[in-house]
Amino acid sequence: MAEFKMPTLGADMTAGTLIGWLKEPGDQVNRGDIIAEVDTDKGVIEVEVFVDGVVEKLLIETGAEVPVGTTLAIINENGKSAEKVTALQKTETKKPIKEKRLRVSPSARKLAEKLGIDLQNVNGSGHGGRIQRKDVELAAQEKSAVAEVKTKPKDKALEKESFTRMRQAIAAAMARSKHEIPHYYLGTKIDMSRALDWLAEENANRSIKERIIYSVLLIKAVALALQQMPEFNAVWENDELKLIEKINVGTAISLRQGGLVAPALHDTNKQSLGDLMKNLRDLVSRTRAGTLRSSELSDSTITVTNLGEQSVETVFGVIYPPQVALVGFGKIYEDVSVINGRIKGCHKINASLAADHRASDGSRGAMLLAKIDKLLQEPEKL
Amino acid sequence: MNEKEIKEKVLNLLGEIAPEVDLENVDPKVSFREQMDIDSMDYLNFVIALDEEFEAEIPESDYTKFMSLNSCVEQLKQI
Repeated sequence: MAEFKMPTLGADMTAGTLIGWLKEPGDQVNRGDIIAEVDTDKGVIEVEVFVDGVVEKLLIETGAEVPVGTTLAIINENGKSAEKVTALQKTETKKPIKEKRLRVSPSARKLAEKLGIDLQNVNGSGHGGRIQRKDVELAAQEKSAVAEVKTKPKDKALEKESFTRMRQAIAAAMARSKHEIPHYYLGTKIDMSRALDWLAEENANRSIKERIIYSVLLIKAVALALQQMPEFNAVWENDELKLIEKINVGTAISLRQGGLVAPALHDTNKQSLGDLMKNLRDLVSRTRAGTLRSSELSDSTITVTNLGEQSVETVFGVIYPPQVALVGFGKIYEDVSVINGRIKGCHKINASLAADHRASDGSRGAMLLAKIDKLLQEPEKL
Repeated sequence: MNEKEIKEKVLNLLGEIAPEVDLENVDPKVSFREQMDIDSMDYLNFVIALDEEFEAEIPESDYTKFMSLNSCVEQLKQI
């Protein structure tokens, strides 16, 4: 048996409110499936399950606020659900999956049709699990409650409350960072001319939807540099540095209503530029729509921020604990470089590193920035 | 499509990409990025939306011609 617990979706999160279950007892779940929706300081998050199995029992009711670490459900890792058996039959016989057989009162069926409620998702409270009219009404209420939270709050008070909670979460994380982490800062100017020229050529051969923005090159360069500098792809926990094998770059994304989230692009170093662009677009759009997944909030191993979009030249970042580094990029600006005594116009970007001095030293930090620079000089290899 | 219709459509597309923008007070002469909180991802989404709405395959080198409401309308009138 595995306990499915309220996950921590950031150093600052202490509790979450269960908005709704997307699975019910008896359902087969696979690692990565979304099992519940939880309201947090960062908005509504789709929470994934981390084991394969069958949902044995749901322990927490919709609407309850529970601390991080509370067991929400029990998952039987060895169990087989009715659906799983049916799915196996499907593979073997290629016959369509039979839906759960339902006992429904005529008025409940009529109401469900009218309200667009899938009866397969309604719990029957009548004799033998028979679905009654009131069960459909309840399901409709739950559905609209979830929809209401997922859409941008129209009510000013709700909007303000959501903004305040987000600020409080950021305040807690940043105060902890500045209180606990002995930051050191390094900066360098990177010539982006070659990268931008290459990107212009690359984009000329791509359809509009497949074009890549330069931020993707920066993110990929950081991810590849981390392969050789693992102490920056790590967390500082219990007074020691824990290296993390996977490189999941957290990308700082500002929210339109105010606030900031830095969800993870999983396995950033292994993705092609095209895939990274696609996934970044998806991540930005879901971050702003409030449909992030739990793993995207908890898996970042470093943060990259590109405040150059807002015209700043240099970023002096604050590390998001328990991470140990943040790479910041300013705006791209015109400059000159001197090569063999000759002056040449070019485009540059200021890259900065904020790093945890407990985890690394300045000389290694300087090497990380130098590697990022070198990688950006060979954009075709990114 | 006349100028007024093009303008309305462009503003609607902007509103979808940046819902907080006060569409009635967009200065048509000033670039979008100077007066709105939109980043390069938003701008790419805007260009994609223009492509879908007006069937205008805009090369990246022409992005600067679509930076303000007035310049957008001028360009789209020719399509």
